[in-house]
Amino acid sequence: MTLNPNAKMEETQNGTEVYGFDPLIVKSHYEIDYIHSYAQDSEFFVALGHKKIMGSKCKKCGYVYGTPRGHCMMCGAETEWHQLPNEGKVHSYTTCYFGSEEFLPETPFHLIMVEFEGVNSLFMARLIGADAEDIYIGMPVKAKFRRNQRFLPTDVYFVPSEEALKAVDNSKNGKK
Amino acid sequence: MKHNGRNVYMVSGGVTKFAKAIPKMDFRMRVKKAFDYALNDAGLTLNDIDGSVASYFADHFQRQLMSGIMVQDYLGLTPKPSKRVEGGGATGGLAFQTGYEEIASGRMDTCVVYGFENMSHVNTWKGNEFIALASDTNFDYPVGGFYTGYYAMMARRHMHEFGTTVEQLAKVSVKNHGNALHNPYAQSPMKLTVSDVRNSPMVANPLTRLDVCAMSDGAAVAILASEEKAFEITDHPVLIKGIGTGTDTMRLADRPFGKVPLLPNEKESDYKKLEYPGIHSFRAGRSAAKEAYEAAGITDPLNELDLVELHDAYTSSEIQTYEDLGLCKYGEGGSFIDEGKPALNGKIPVNPSGGLLACGHPVGATGIMQGVFAFWQLQRTIKKHFGNDKLQLPNPKRGLIHSHAGTGTYVTVSIMEAVK
Repeated sequence: MTLNPNAKMEETQNGTEVYGFDPLIVKSHYEIDYIHSYAQDSEFFVALGHKKIMGSKCKKCGYVYGTPRGHCMMCGAETEWHQLPNEGKVHSYTTCYFGSEEFLPETPFHLIMVEFEGVNSLFMARLIGADAEDIYIGMPVKAKFRRNQRFLPTDVYFVPSEEALKAVDNSKNGKK
Repeated sequence: MKHNGRNVYMVSGGVTKFAKAIPKMDFRMRVKKAFDYALNDAGLTLNDIDGSVASYFADHFQRQLMSGIMVQDYLGLTPKPSKRVEGGGATGGLAFQTGYEEIASGRMDTCVVYGFENMSHVNTWKGNEFIALASDTNFDYPVGGFYTGYYAMMARRHMHEFGTTVEQLAKVSVKNHGNALHNPYAQSPMKLTVSDVRNSPMVANPLTRLDVCAMSDGAAVAILASEEKAFEITDHPVLIKGIGTGTDTMRLADRPFGKVPLLPNEKESDYKKLEYPGIHSFRAGRSAAKEAYEAAGITDPLNELDLVELHDAYTSSEIQTYEDLGLCKYGEGGSFIDEGKPALNGKIPVNPSGGLLACGHPVGATGIMQGVFAFWQLQRTIKKHFGNDKLQLPNPKRGLIHSHAGTGTYVTVSIMEAVK
């Protein structure tokens, strides 16, 4: 049995960073590692290592998605994996000069929505290899893949395709 | 949708001044201030309140779960019924509608809807990161999660489809910041020109700093009541005539290219070549408007509404929303602002308060703030609450409030009507 009226909490050297005293504002730190499962979407991330972008196709109504989804939003039926083309066109674009803290060091960067022939919906990605003022809606782009995979959607990114370059050459030569 | 419930009225409201950071008060104290303002304005006491709905978006900003019960506790509303409602940027609008449902269902005779957000505990760029976690964290967030980036792509596509210009976007900023000059609750009242907006730092092209709303600390409170109770409390309640809620896919990429769900004032031939919604328009906003208009018996929104408080987190989304709400046809949003129709003295004043762009956007409070400002307009008590009557519309009968989440994932529309 222990009943000790002189018990004392151990003192430590861990202080607290204080930003201000009126009101009292202190630094509070937090970080965490998740054990994150990609679950039914896993195939998409694995396939990027084989230079394939996998979308989905509804087995029942045939709707083709530019993204993985296990079930069709149009009819509720199960979908199957469907390989997307590695070439597409810019459906819309922006250049981010600011961003979330995690991506601030990467600014400025370009975001695009890609449209693919024969696919009913879009795909969001980064575009590199073009200045902000050279990107346009309809610009032909092609997919490139990181060799060292991080199992993130940025394992695929887009660059202007040779066709985009030809279009620039043609317009310089006065052809359309 | 049947909407067969009891009539629901708003009887009082309160808002704290929104600001970038007010570290001297926590979220509980802020709600308390807005709540006491609302109670006092209607001559109510705690005993008059049957229950509540708590409205706040992010647990991350304060790393506190169950903030709702902490407010319920602080206000002295325990052990009365309460629940939290959350849906991104539309949290306030959804909570307001949940309060409506508590009354309409007959469960409660009075319900307080309180909303708040404390965004100043992290820096702006961390805040942007938290907000971006409200995009798909498998597919969208890692690509460069940044809401202004997503909205910039939508704005760009709107410009491509319809010829909307950056100057037209800028005019929304000029209008809303200008209106806020007379709103003592607003965070960033400013007298601006189109070139001020275009010359401010580019955030994600075509959107500049002045095309985008700010983060805020703030709270807002709406007290709702049944018909019998409402007229006991006040001679000037405001009827919530109808509500509507729409949804859309989490990923912007998954939006379909189909047909426009038509409002009574539109016909199929208006949109022969338009693939809808794609990423240029908000199908959830259109669905919400359609449901609310049907419930309220509105067939010609431009002529049957006297004011609109809508979710202008971006200037572009205000223009897109004119179209979703049927104030003009799809594609006419740009000329709508050019013609001055949404100006304070225009055909239908939009965001006479200054909107999110100028009032600020403490997420969970925002949709309720819109309800409070519309309520004061319809009660014609702006002078009493603002200390000046510059923003009081002459004789508004019917107002619309619109709250909006994500890239247009949840959108609410509620129609409010003056009873005298």
